[in-house]
Amino acid sequence: MLRRRMTVAIALGTVTLLTAAACGGSSGGGGSNAAPPVPKVAMQQQLGKAEGQLNLVNWAGYAEDGTNDKTVDWVHPFEQATGCHVNDKIGNTSDEMVQLMKTGQYDGVSASGDATLRLIYGGLVAPVNTSLVPNYATIQPFLKDRAWNSVKQQMYGIPHGWGANLLMWNSKSVQPAPTSWGAVFDANSPYKSHITAYDSPIYIADAALYLMKHQPTLKITNPYALDQKQLDAAVALLKTQRANVGEYWADYTKEVQAFESGDSVIGTTWQVIANLITADKKVTVQAIEPSEGSTGWSDTWMVAAHAAHPVCMYKWMNWITSPTVNAQVAEWFGEAPAQSLACSHTADKSFCDTYHAADKAYSDSLHYWTTPTKHCLDGRGNVCTSYSQWTQEWTAIKG
Amino acid sequence: MTTASEGVAAGLRARPPSRRVSSFVQRHVTLRLIALLSLPGLWLVVAYLGSLAAMLIAAFWTTNDFTGAVVHTTTLANFKTLFTEHVYRTVAFRSVSVAVLVTVVDAVLALPMAYYMAKVAGPRLRRILVVAILTPLWASYLVKAYAWRVMLSGDGVVNWALHPFGAHGPGYGLTAVVLTLAYLWLPFMVLPVFAGLERIPDSLLEASADAGARSWQTFRSVVLPLLFPAIVAGSIFTFSLTLGDYITVNVVGGTSQLFANVIYDNITTGGNLPFAAAAAFFPIAIMVGYLVAVRRTGALDNV
Repeated sequence: MLRRRMTVAIALGTVTLLTAAACGGSSGGGGSNAAPPVPKVAMQQQLGKAEGQLNLVNWAGYAEDGTNDKTVDWVHPFEQATGCHVNDKIGNTSDEMVQLMKTGQYDGVSASGDATLRLIYGGLVAPVNTSLVPNYATIQPFLKDRAWNSVKQQMYGIPHGWGANLLMWNSKSVQPAPTSWGAVFDANSPYKSHITAYDSPIYIADAALYLMKHQPTLKITNPYALDQKQLDAAVALLKTQRANVGEYWADYTKEVQAFESGDSVIGTTWQVIANLITADKKVTVQAIEPSEGSTGWSDTWMVAAHAAHPVCMYKWMNWITSPTVNAQVAEWFGEAPAQSLACSHTADKSFCDTYHAADKAYSDSLHYWTTPTKHCLDGRGNVCTSYSQWTQEWTAIKG
Repeated sequence: MTTASEGVAAGLRARPPSRRVSSFVQRHVTLRLIALLSLPGLWLVVAYLGSLAAMLIAAFWTTNDFTGAVVHTTTLANFKTLFTEHVYRTVAFRSVSVAVLVTVVDAVLALPMAYYMAKVAGPRLRRILVVAILTPLWASYLVKAYAWRVMLSGDGVVNWALHPFGAHGPGYGLTAVVLTLAYLWLPFMVLPVFAGLERIPDSLLEASADAGARSWQTFRSVVLPLLFPAIVAGSIFTFSLTLGDYITVNVVGGTSQLFANVIYDNITTGGNLPFAAAAAFFPIAIMVGYLVAVRRTGALDNV
C-alpha cells in the first residue's frame, strides 16, 4: 500500500517537473543590461503627528542606546524628544539589508552604496523630501545628488557618513606592522589560518583593488567594473587567500570574538570593530588604511516605500544628521560625518581632520561599495560582470 | 406509561443543540471522518505540501540581475548552473560525507550508552540516565554551538586539555562541525536505540549465552539484527538534521560551507530565491533516496 502511494507521489512529482520544464525553454535569464525605469513611489509632502514607533534596519553602531557603552546613547534622547520608540535590526551585509527591506516591515534603512540603487530601482524606498529635514541644508555638498543616493537630481535619502574599510591586526602577533593589503593576500603568509576576511561577494572588490595597484596589465580602473578576465583574476587571488583564511566574518561580533580569542590576528575590518576590541581591552589591535587605498562606504538613511511610521522616520533622519548626534555617531563608528557642522561638536577636536571629513578630493579617492552591473560603471559598455555573477563566484571561492 | 414516554419525548426535544450535533455525527461515519481530518488535512495539503510545491515551481524562475526582483519566466538555467558548476558537486559531496560521519559517530556512541541504560542499569538509574540524555535538548541550539566555538578556540579548553599530551585540538573546520553536530543530535540516536533495546527480551540474550555464544557473537547475531530498525530510525534524524544544518558550520566551520549554506546564502546574500529553491532539490532528492533505501531494508516496517 505504502509502496503504491509512494510511486503515485513520485509520478505526480515527475509530471509537475516535466510540465514546468516544458512551459519554459524559450526565454533565458530575465536580467536586462541598462537600469530599468525607477518605480513611481509617492514622496512625503508634510509631517503629521509622530506615530510612536520606528522600525529601523541599520549597520551595527548606528542606533546606540547605551547597551554597548553607557555613555554612547542617542536613541533614548530621540525617543524622549519625539515619542517614537525605536526598534532597530542590525543588517550584517548590504544584501541582508535589501532582503530585510523586502519584507516591508521596516520604516527606514542606513543603506550603503551597494544597496541604495537596488532599493531605489526595486521600488523599496521612497524619494525623500529634503525640505522636511532641516539639517539636510548643511550636509557636506559633495555628498548631495550623488550617483548612489539620487536619481535625476531627486534625493532618495539623507547622507549619514562615510569611511574606508581598514586592515586590522593584533599588534602582538603581527610584526612588523603591515602597510599593504598584501598582508592578507600573500600566498605564503606567516599568519596562515589566522587571517580573516569579510564574508560577502562585495569583498571581491577588495581583491580587485589590490590587483589594480599590483597587476597593471589587467587594466582595472574601477574595482566594481570587472570584465570576465579581471573577475577571474580577482577570484583566483581570493582562492589563494582562502587557503590562509581561518574564518570569514559577516557578523561583526564574530570578528570581535575571533580577534579577542586570538583565532584571527589580521584581516579586513571597520573602525567600529577596532574600537569595540580596544574598549574590551583583551588584545591590542591596530587598524589602518593600507597603501593601496581602500574600498569604503558612503551611507544614506532611506525611507521605506510603504513605511508604517514615515513621520518618525523623517524625525530620525533629521535627528541622526543633527550636528551633535552626527558627531557622536561618527566618533563611535569611526567615520567621517556627513553633517558639516558636526565637526565642531566632536569630543576629539582633530577628529574631522583625521577622517578627512571636509576633504572632497580624499572622499573621491575611496572606492565606495557599489553594485556591479553588466553595464560597466567605468563606461566600457556591456562587458562587465553583474553582482549575481559575483555572488556565484563567492560561493565558488569558499569552495 | 403515557406520561413516561411523553417525558422521554420532551427530554429529547429539550436536548441541547451540541448533543444533537454529536448524535447526528455519530450516525454519519463519513461526516465524522471529514470533521476529524479536515483540519490536519488542510494543514498537510495547503501549508505543508502547498509551500513545498510553491518552492518547486519557484525553482524554474529567475531574478533580475540588478534589483534582485523575481522574474516569472520559466527557465532551467538554475538547474544547469547547479549541475555544471564544479563547486556545487564539491559542496554536495562534502555535505553528504558530513551527514554520514555524524550518523556513524552518533550510532557508535549511542549503542553502548543505550545498552547500558536498557540492560545494565537499575530502574532508578535508568530514569536518571534518560533525563540526563534529554536535558541538553532543553538548552538552545545556539548556546550549545557557541559553547563548542569557545571550547575549540585556539586558547580554548580542548587545546588546554590536550596540551600536556603534546597534541592540539582540531580548531575550526569540518572536524569541528562533525564533532559539534554529533553532540547536538546524539539524543535523537540514543532514544530510538534505547527503546529498541528495551523491546528485546533478556531471555533471548540468555538463550544465546546458553547456546554457547560469546558476548560479541550475541551482540552481532542477536542484538544487532533486532536493533537495526531502531538504529535506522535514529539515523534518519541525525542524517536529515545534519543535511539541513547551516548554523553550526558558520559557528565552528572555519571557511567551509555545506549545501544548506549555499541555499541560505542565496536567500540572504544573493537574494536569489529561485536559485535557492533549485538548490533545495538536492537535499530533498537525497532524503527521498535515503528513505527509499531504508524502506528496501525493511527497517521502516516496525517503526
